[in-house]
Amino acid sequence: MSVTGERTQPTIFELSRPGRGGGKVPHPPRDALERIPAEHLRTVAAALPEVGEPEVVRHFVNLSQLNHAVDTGFYPLGSCTMKYNPKINEWAARLPGFAGLHPEVPDQLAQGTLELLWELEGALAEISGMRAVTLQPAAGAQGELTGILMIRAYHRSRGDGDRNEVLVPDSAHGTNPATATMAGYRTVNIPSLADGSVDVEAFRAALGPRTAAIMITNPSTLGLFESRIGELLEAVHEAGALAYMDGANLNAIMGHFKPGRAGFDVMHFNVHKTFSTPHGGGGPGAGPVGVGERLEPFLPAPRVVREADGSFRLERSGERPTSIGRMRSFVGNTGVLIRAYAYIRAHGRELRTVSEDAVLAANYLKHRLEQEGSYDVPFERHCKHEFIASTASLKKATGIRTLDVAKRLIDFGFHPPTVYFPLNVDEAMLIEPTETETLETLDAFADTLIAIAAEARQTPDLVLEAPHTTPVRRLDEAAAARQPNLRWRPLAGEIAPCPD
Amino acid sequence: MAYGPHTPADRATMLAALGISSVDELFDDIPKALREDGLDLPPADPESVLASRLLRLAERNRVDLASFLGAGAYRHYVPPVVDQILLRGEWYTAYTPYQPEVSQGTLQSIYEYESLVAELMALDVVSASHYDGAAATAEAALMTCRATRRERVLVSRGVHRQYRETVATYLSGGDLDLDEIPLVSEGPAAGTTDLAALERLLDDPDRPVAGVVAAQPNVLGLLEPMEEIGRLAHAAGALFVSVVEPVSLAVLEPPGRYGADIAAGEGQPLGIPLSYGGPYLGLLASTEALVRQIPGRLVGMTTDVDGRRAFVMTLRAREQDIRRERAASNICTNQALLALAAGVYLAAIGPHGLRDVAADGAARAAALEQALAAVGVPRLHAAPYLNEFAVRVPDAVAVHRRLLDHGVLAGIPLVELEPGDQDLADGLLVCATEVTTDEEIERFARAMATVLEAAP
Amino acid sequence: MIPPDLRYTKEHEWVRLEGDEATVGITDYAAEQLGDIVFVELPDPGTALEQFATFGVVESVKAVSDLFAPLAGEVIERNERLADHPELVNSDPYGDGWILRIRLDEGDQAAELLDASAYEQLTAEA
Repeated sequence: MSVTGERTQPTIFELSRPGRGGGKVPHPPRDALERIPAEHLRTVAAALPEVGEPEVVRHFVNLSQLNHAVDTGFYPLGSCTMKYNPKINEWAARLPGFAGLHPEVPDQLAQGTLELLWELEGALAEISGMRAVTLQPAAGAQGELTGILMIRAYHRSRGDGDRNEVLVPDSAHGTNPATATMAGYRTVNIPSLADGSVDVEAFRAALGPRTAAIMITNPSTLGLFESRIGELLEAVHEAGALAYMDGANLNAIMGHFKPGRAGFDVMHFNVHKTFSTPHGGGGPGAGPVGVGERLEPFLPAPRVVREADGSFRLERSGERPTSIGRMRSFVGNTGVLIRAYAYIRAHGRELRTVSEDAVLAANYLKHRLEQEGSYDVPFERHCKHEFIASTASLKKATGIRTLDVAKRLIDFGFHPPTVYFPLNVDEAMLIEPTETETLETLDAFADTLIAIAAEARQTPDLVLEAPHTTPVRRLDEAAAARQPNLRWRPLAGEIAPCPD
Repeated sequence: MAYGPHTPADRATMLAALGISSVDELFDDIPKALREDGLDLPPADPESVLASRLLRLAERNRVDLASFLGAGAYRHYVPPVVDQILLRGEWYTAYTPYQPEVSQGTLQSIYEYESLVAELMALDVVSASHYDGAAATAEAALMTCRATRRERVLVSRGVHRQYRETVATYLSGGDLDLDEIPLVSEGPAAGTTDLAALERLLDDPDRPVAGVVAAQPNVLGLLEPMEEIGRLAHAAGALFVSVVEPVSLAVLEPPGRYGADIAAGEGQPLGIPLSYGGPYLGLLASTEALVRQIPGRLVGMTTDVDGRRAFVMTLRAREQDIRRERAASNICTNQALLALAAGVYLAAIGPHGLRDVAADGAARAAALEQALAAVGVPRLHAAPYLNEFAVRVPDAVAVHRRLLDHGVLAGIPLVELEPGDQDLADGLLVCATEVTTDEEIERFARAMATVLEAAP
Repeated sequence: MIPPDLRYTKEHEWVRLEGDEATVGITDYAAEQLGDIVFVELPDPGTALEQFATFGVVESVKAVSDLFAPLAGEVIERNERLADHPELVNSDPYGDGWILRIRLDEGDQAAELLDASAYEQLTAEA
């Protein structure tokens, strides 16, 4: 279950031996390239490795075993919603009718996928309380950019183009301010209150004729629901600005809170989080965006349209001139969206129970740590699907920091929580257990964290030098950044110039 | 609940520990006025019902036609080993490798991917993936503006229209300018980037150009004079961005050899299924000089405390989680699993195999050209091509539609790719790859003859 | 150890005044807070600096921080060794890890800066 032992793998390049591999595709006729002028032809072959299939398989299987994954163990990475990834979703996305469909086929050949996408838009609209949804953005961050560009288009369409600021709380994901910059806006950071909630008065003071939008994550990155969200949204709209909701934490509130109905103008979904489409080692995800009435005309193109006869089609180029345009090629990360659809149909209206179980598990785990007392649990109220613990006191007493606790957790087979985020809590650990972990796992994790705190007091070196069991330990990240080695340089690289 | 482990007893244990009687109390922080009492969604599908539903939807798609469709996404043979590897949960259920001690698999696979793509591109820095070819091209355009501190990008109309539209969207955020470079409209260079027009566009001292973007092969399948485009760009102090199709790089000169500063492209042909447009793989590479301008994750080789070789995400301070509003891009989640697919594909197919794939596509495309010419459908352009080209067919849209009834997906009418371009009104863009069979080519030519004969 | 002969900013830059020129760096305290420094982004010689405006960026493995000009003037030299050896800022912040040399604009700007004891107090409170 944990990643242990001396397991360093050679690179695929080091496995290469001239003459190995081959046999996958037929050889073309010798004159295949003769009609192409020599000036266009490659003169120095790419030094790709020559490896037989058995070695390829062993290489990648061995490498895979160096990863911690949801399928191998608990992964309470806050703000990432590392829940179980259902296998039927993988099966579905690989069905030949889905996987083999070219993105430029005429609509009449793609009715199954188009129907699925159209239904998915409807389900996401219901879950978010939004009026319309685009499935095009490829990830949450691209969804954010889509949303903020729509907000910009909205203000400009009203001759209100002087608005140049986006307000974000200091607990925001880094993508929020980075997105604002990409959309041409200046970010104004608003400090949060001591109880972790957004400072509505500070927002009020910052709101004005320059404000284009606010970006809020709700529940926040501290795992807390923003109880004064209604007031805040009212103030935003009074100032003529719009409200963006970062949907990263949607897993906490399905069926209990609908951002669109509460007054948010736009939000994105992270389907790889909430709808378990998996994370893929860092992607692919998909970042659909839901909007209210004000922003609907600006949705990116193409949208999926249902005709009066019940058939489906994509919007034609230029059909909706108010659109902000394209965010990417084709329709979206369809294969990911198929998985999200399968997940949503597997739960239907019970998605509400998903959120309840996620919140219950997080509160239980939080309670266990509060009871024991080794860690600071800074906010004395119910959390949503995740919560903050901190080693601030432990550090004062023992010198053991959050980083050390995180590394020590690895020795016990757990993936560490998100650490040092959000930025407004000292020595933060953001813990998100999700709804798919058993009570036994939750207890084992709490017991382990508590045991590590005891180690910090009794045998601090054991924690300071952790992890002890992994194939590599504490990497030299400074050397990696000062003298970057970003690619293998093949030693020989002699490749025969022509196929035989 | 489908994947939830909690028994009623488990829930009761947790509620009791919290001293509450109902989970509803955990939602008391949501103001009453904003509290919802459920979702208007269908009941949960049992898995067997869900499986039937998904099968039914998949079978409503038609993937049985003889397809000559490319235009940015390509059918290739994908060795089953690629998907077998991808199906390991250790890969696809992991997250971004923030904890390198338990992520060496993903980290080393990304490093290998960076190295493999660097070889293909003949460029040294490769980002760990972007969303797709269009988004990667847009990020490349933004890179040129950051690096040169100029605010205008020129994009050839030989770059796929959807890529140009994506670049336009991304540039609009910073109010950066985009001008299109026209294509030559007649003669032997028809359909390729108009170099004289490029020179004129570059010659504007009030609006200096940050980057020039051209595609090889271009969207019409034609080979562009990349070296010349790059030379003109550099003479004007601009950077040169090449948009490439990666399989072609087994046989075509790579971007690093004709002076490209940045290369972008769609990695889908490297072992990734068509899947109606995604998830695909945005390739983005640059020269070493631009390493601090390139957006997206980078993995580097280093050592650990015990001196062992190890891999880690590096130059992180470019990224949004650290640099926030000053980050090179907001990208966070990327297409890591597809980068793995490309790595496994390249390892499995090997250098000779990849060359065979590219060269066989060229050979089959030439056979297709001959077969169509024999039934009176000639090429639309004279410039050389690799495995995709346009043919001249009167009333291309109607012919394309009628060919569907003969089981032939005859590429794409150029007017759908480039609405409003009169030069292209009578064109079909068709392509062949190593999986195109002789029988399919014959069927296409026969059906074309039949459809043209029947035409009024 | 905070060198007594230097002046400081609240943003943790130090400045060594040498007639109408000055050398600028970041303090040991700042370097420590940032951790392993991996990159320093510096303006070209000839660039005009405004007092207390940002002129560059220093990156560590996990943080990035703006550099603020302690004094107004023109950049006459930057520490080219930092390109290959950014770690000098950690190992010798007041010596080989210096960052810029500037030719000062006219006028007494130094009054706006902290002396060593005021800076020591600032870091003690942090």
